[in-house]
Amino acid sequence: MRGVLTVCKRELGGYFATPLAYVFIVVFLFVTALMTFYVGNFFERGQADLQVFFLFHPWLYLFFVPAISMRLWAEERKSGTVELLMTLPLPLWSIVLGKFLAAWLFTVIALALTFPMWLTVNYLGRPDNGVIFAGYVGSALMAGGYMAIGACISALTRNQVIAFVLSVVVCFLFTVAGAPMVLDFFSAWAPRPLLDTIASFSFLSHFQAIGQGVIDLRDFVYFIALIALWLFANAAVIEMRKAN
Amino acid sequence: MTAMIEIDGLAKRFGPLVAVDNVSFAVAQGEVLGFLGPNGAGKSTTMKMATGFIPPDRGTVRICGFDILDAPIDAKANLGYLPEGAPAYGDMTPRAFLAFCAEARGYSGFERDRRVEFAAERVEIGDVLDQQIETLSKGFKRRVGIAQAILHDPPVLIMDEPTDGLDPNQKHEVRTLIRAMAEKKAIVISTHILEEVEQVCSRAIVIAAGRIVADGTPAELAQRSRYHNAVTISIFDGPEAARAKDDLAKVPGVEAIEPALGRKGIVSWTVLPKGGAPLLDAVSAVARNAIWEVEELKVEAGRLDEVFRNVTIGAGRS
Repeated sequence: MRGVLTVCKRELGGYFATPLAYVFIVVFLFVTALMTFYVGNFFERGQADLQVFFLFHPWLYLFFVPAISMRLWAEERKSGTVELLMTLPLPLWSIVLGKFLAAWLFTVIALALTFPMWLTVNYLGRPDNGVIFAGYVGSALMAGGYMAIGACISALTRNQVIAFVLSVVVCFLFTVAGAPMVLDFFSAWAPRPLLDTIASFSFLSHFQAIGQGVIDLRDFVYFIALIALWLFANAAVIEMRKAN
Repeated sequence: MTAMIEIDGLAKRFGPLVAVDNVSFAVAQGEVLGFLGPNGAGKSTTMKMATGFIPPDRGTVRICGFDILDAPIDAKANLGYLPEGAPAYGDMTPRAFLAFCAEARGYSGFERDRRVEFAAERVEIGDVLDQQIETLSKGFKRRVGIAQAILHDPPVLIMDEPTDGLDPNQKHEVRTLIRAMAEKKAIVISTHILEEVEQVCSRAIVIAAGRIVADGTPAELAQRSRYHNAVTISIFDGPEAARAKDDLAKVPGVEAIEPALGRKGIVSWTVLPKGGAPLLDAVSAVARNAIWEVEELKVEAGRLDEVFRNVTIGAGRS
């Protein structure tokens, strides 16, 4: 546990050591607002909720999260610090978890800074704050899912650009797994249970379920299990590819 | 003296390349082992396996009795390691970086700060503790790496080219530091600087193509040189000096005579003995009889660079 905390602290400190973190947060907030007000027509809808705000989160994360996760391991590999990290008396899982938590925490901080949206909607009407809270929790969990995928892929390469592009692709597949464009590809030949399985991998359906205030344990379990699985793969990749 | 590093039958291959092939050695407290070899001989790979960074295909590594695979945390806790190129987080300051390493090793609060101060003092980086590491000179970066390796005062210290890229003064400082720490620790350093071996190492292992080709004290290695006990005689130029080579060739026990680097007005010859037998008495007797004006007469211990070449060339991969 000490290792998790130590690694997480260093990593998170690393984000804020450069102006990049602040630029990132500002851009994230700006784009979220832009999508909500202009694309989502927040005012024209005349409803006191944050549905349109959360609607775009999967698509924002699709690019923002890989931008954070790409350097997570690729940079360590490139600079050789991975050797230093791996020869400290810390178990591998604590390093993997610590790095992931730092990156996740960073996105959660960015997400939390969208609180003026919540203030706005409370000023304008009487929204169901329970639903909004559930939306934030769901959004944070989803960001964690993307981050775990990105972390694992970052461990595969020492090139951050490759890590970014690959992560976007894999994250995209997980986002749209339940959409017709993916399912149509399988529906012609795949049996029904497989189709359902693929559809159940979709970030969108799980996130939307949580975002509507329907707290179903299965949706939580889905994201937590997904994160655990990708982090496990992350550790395995590190273990396997340390040598090169 | 018990061995603090025990390496037995270590082997590693990368695809078709055999990087390390059946390497075994032990290092006891008080020993400074110089790990020598041409580039690509397997020095760094051996060190990476010894420190638990990459797992060996075969063989075992024990640090202070802890197996690096079965008890990696205990083994690593007893180990200080400077990886090749002294990597560090460039966006951190040495203070923050060393504090991170100290925390990862279980120190916190006052004790952590004390450790950082202690290590910074030993490698003399106090003045740059609050500058970003990536802005530091190569010498300072290397010293930050060494500080990281010694801050927990480990019984075992493994350093991959600790003086690479340092200027002569800095090299001297690092060597002094290593010698000062040697008494209480088991130290392994890799290097391809032979004078370093003579200055700081109590023992040297030469590795070529993944195999150990020589193992002994620097003096023992030097004895393998054909220059061991060779005598270099410098004579003021004159009519007798011209015949010196022929006279020297008649000395019993002489293997060969080579011209040595002379100066203006001085003729120098290096006389190589057969089988490394002492030759000084015989040569000085000849010099006395011939009444040469001898400027200098010196005996060599042997040339490590020549031994190094002999044991590594031919062992190389083709």
